[in-house]
Amino acid sequence: MYNQENCRFAATHEWAAKEGELAVVGISNHAQEEISDIVFVDLPKVGTQVKVGQNCCVIESVKSASEIYAPVSGEIVAVNEALNDDPALVNREPHAGGWLFKIKMANPAEMDALLDFAGYQATIQK
Amino acid sequence: MTTLTLRKTPLAQRCETAGGKMVDFHGWLLPVQFAGILAEHKAVRNGAGMFDVSHMGQLMVEGPDAWPFLQYINCNNIKNEPAAGTYSHILTENGTIIDDAIAFCLAADKFLVVVNAACIEEDFNWFTKQAASFNVTVRNESDKWGMIALQGPQAVEKTAALLPQVAALPRFHIMKAELFGAEGYVTRTGYTGEDGVEIMLPAEKIGELWDALLAAGVTPCGLGARDVLRLEAGYLLNGADADQTRTPYEANCGWVVKLAKENFIGKEALAAQKAQGLQERLTGFVLQTAGVPRAGCSVFVNGVQKGVLTSGTYSPLFKGIAVGYLSADVPADSEVEIEIHGKRLPAKVVKPPFYKNRV
Repeated sequence: MYNQENCRFAATHEWAAKEGELAVVGISNHAQEEISDIVFVDLPKVGTQVKVGQNCCVIESVKSASEIYAPVSGEIVAVNEALNDDPALVNREPHAGGWLFKIKMANPAEMDALLDFAGYQATIQK
Repeated sequence: MTTLTLRKTPLAQRCETAGGKMVDFHGWLLPVQFAGILAEHKAVRNGAGMFDVSHMGQLMVEGPDAWPFLQYINCNNIKNEPAAGTYSHILTENGTIIDDAIAFCLAADKFLVVVNAACIEEDFNWFTKQAASFNVTVRNESDKWGMIALQGPQAVEKTAALLPQVAALPRFHIMKAELFGAEGYVTRTGYTGEDGVEIMLPAEKIGELWDALLAAGVTPCGLGARDVLRLEAGYLLNGADADQTRTPYEANCGWVVKLAKENFIGKEALAAQKAQGLQERLTGFVLQTAGVPRAGCSVFVNGVQKGVLTSGTYSPLFKGIAVGYLSADVPADSEVEIEIHGKRLPAKVVKPPFYKNRV
């Protein structure tokens, strides 16, 4: 579990949870509700170098494709292979089994630039 | 920022109340989904689902020349036995597609033509212009009617509970119906590949039908599920798979062209195209790996671009499916590649429909 209260959020709806030198990345509950019915996750390749804000993953629902941006810079060191068989895990457990990938952070200070849960919640209030 | 005033159907409020996620569809406020596209798809394939299609258009064609006029403005042979409906294309002089529609014969001198929402104005103007040389009047009754498409293997039985005569209504036929104290029409048609009906009632009465169907356990469905269902069933989406740059032959609908008819708009151009052969044809594709093909994706054969998708989706039954215009020189069962998010993924060329049902 990556409780949302302990996660940092990008305004583009990704969350990041610090796990030692790694950042575990997923999408927010709000994002999965908006995307709905996720049918395919095009995960990045392990070993890919990503910069903060870089498009590195695509989540496909029945009706649309959503680009996922790296919330921090670094190297992709793991991807959630379980999503290949069960992409809807992202809908069911966006903050647990539905995580997307892990980044070995190049600059851990980038985490501080992300929003905390309350700050993120404020951005999605209508 | 632009402020748009979206047109609302007489069911818009009820759709929102039922949990519809409302979006702008060609200027209309309509639900893209309720509980979810996959659940709604399942309801229609296995039970009964309903769609608010009140945005669709109704043109009433009346007068002694009603049938000859429709024969002239349609490329298909319009049936003129009362209650019979005919799917057809309405073409330009160049043989390209203005709209696809169903013309229902109400009487020898009266037909109801149900047209696509985005084409109502253009169709009405085109009909009116062409009607000048016929003894016929054309009325745009689109605002008068609300319309619900009730689709799925249980759709007819759910309708028959309100209107028993519907059980005997043959496929592609129309009947007058009295419901909730108002006169309307029921047609045994749809856009999903399942059996079902489409019910037209005066706009102020359609809400009562919605409420009754909801109470009978019918699943409200949105545009998202509708698009998956129609693509599986191989139905054209006008404006995407067909438009005024494509002929029925190119759109893989040669069966609606009746060149043996004496005269109709677009006949000469179609006869010439038939003689010359096609450059491109609307073709079906099934992706062979995970992924979702979408409109606009390019299709490659041996590294050369040979086509572009016009519709694509994830189908719960067939996974990644699409249709698009493919160069006519590509053989029928070819292996091709579809470029999705910069990656070329293998796909098979198939002839639609993907989903073949008893209807």
